[in-house]
Amino acid sequence: MIRSLGRTALGLVYEFGDWTVFSFRSFVGFWAQQRRGHKLATAIHEIGGRCVPIVLTVGLFTGLVMGLQLYYTLARLGAEAALGDAVGLSLVRELGPVLTALMIVGQSGSAMTSELGFQRNDEQIDALQTMGIDAKGFLVGPRLWAALFCFPALTALFDLIGVVGGYLTGSVLLNVDAGVYWNHVFDSITWADVRGGFIKAICFGALTISICAYRGFFTHLKSSLRGVRGVSESATRAVVFSSVAVLAADYLITSFLI
Amino acid sequence: MSESFLQIRGLKKHFGEKRVLDGIDLDIARASVTTIIGKSGIGKSVLLKCIANLMIPDAGEILLDGASIRLNRRRADHDGGFTFSYMFQNNALFDSLTAFDNVALPLREAVGMTASEAKGKVTELLELLDLTEAGARYPAELSGGMQKRVALARALVTNPEVVLFDEPTTGLDPERKFGVFDMIADYRERFAFTALLVSHDIPEVFEISDRVAWLDEGRIRFFGDPSELKADSPRSWSGLLQSQATL
Repeated sequence: MIRSLGRTALGLVYEFGDWTVFSFRSFVGFWAQQRRGHKLATAIHEIGGRCVPIVLTVGLFTGLVMGLQLYYTLARLGAEAALGDAVGLSLVRELGPVLTALMIVGQSGSAMTSELGFQRNDEQIDALQTMGIDAKGFLVGPRLWAALFCFPALTALFDLIGVVGGYLTGSVLLNVDAGVYWNHVFDSITWADVRGGFIKAICFGALTISICAYRGFFTHLKSSLRGVRGVSESATRAVVFSSVAVLAADYLITSFLI
Repeated sequence: MSESFLQIRGLKKHFGEKRVLDGIDLDIARASVTTIIGKSGIGKSVLLKCIANLMIPDAGEILLDGASIRLNRRRADHDGGFTFSYMFQNNALFDSLTAFDNVALPLREAVGMTASEAKGKVTELLELLDLTEAGARYPAELSGGMQKRVALARALVTNPEVVLFDEPTTGLDPERKFGVFDMIADYRERFAFTALLVSHDIPEVFEISDRVAWLDEGRIRFFGDPSELKADSPRSWSGLLQSQATL
């Protein structure tokens, strides 16, 4: 049993090291690529552009629900006026970065793992290597750099539409004065809150996209199944690992920021 | 033809306990066609992948013109020429790129040619391979034979010295198999590359082979002229034929 535990622990350490090296090489490898601007723009479209509708939808409904729940909680304390503070701070500090990251993982991360997994099984990644093209820098590098831009940008969108959602339930539906709501939103949120949210978003972006890319790129080694089922398993695991990594990193970063 | 161009010395590769390659020695002449044959799962593709640097051998050396290929992956003159090209069993074409873009890929991404520089070279090659009309089409829109030709065009666009073919006729009907073999022989004449094939199509592939290397139990059991193979070991030869027939 001790031997088994030791083997598992060593395996985890090896995998963590392997993932770190893979991510670093992908980040650095991007700068040796040709037509970097084109690749980056394509990756921003894939990771960011395609996620805008889902981020806006989830952001709006999150704001609506928060406005509703927090209004009745605050009303018990006679503090309905603080609705703007509660909605704004919750979104900017926590819910915005975390939910945005989870949305992107579900939409773009899983698709990326599947695409890379298919390319691995079809020997397209090997083909790149035989052509003298650094596959990590070519396939993964642009997506990692795009994530550093897309995650904060989409988080900002999520925060904005979420605050509007809080306004719709709080002010339009439940009659909290609009001026009071917006004043409290702007007064409560400081630059430090926004910066903290962006720091989280950048970290989540690097973490999740590198995890998804790693699982897809090495699907032939990391999956217990072969072929299409192996790719499907890799995509599922990538989403699960990324989601857990987001929540764990959120706790860690918050403890540093507070 | 007798001068050794690609030399493999003591190549070993194992996976866990299984020794797949157990000391491979080969001397391949320049501009020749050498075919590696053997039972299924014996390590033919592993040997090819070790030569292509897709797998790292546990021991041994691969020399090209006397120099280790680890230091000689790409020619020093940076003319867009490469030492090795690899044609994959399933072609490994990028399905999101047109046939033209697939062929241009190594020129644009590895050599660093501009779009206009690459266009001239790719157009010329597509014309040579009768693929001009296929250029704008995606791989899924091409027949199996045309996909093979696009894959070959991509392998040849960097003017390689050695082209490695991993079971180039897999999944093709007999007529198309001969078409692919003719294509390899024809383009070898035209482009003067050294071809190394892995094939199960015995004895059809012998028609285009200058040399045959028979891989068995991790070692080269026979290396020489295809016509000498049967005479070398008739009993083993019939066993090999039977094993190919069951594939």
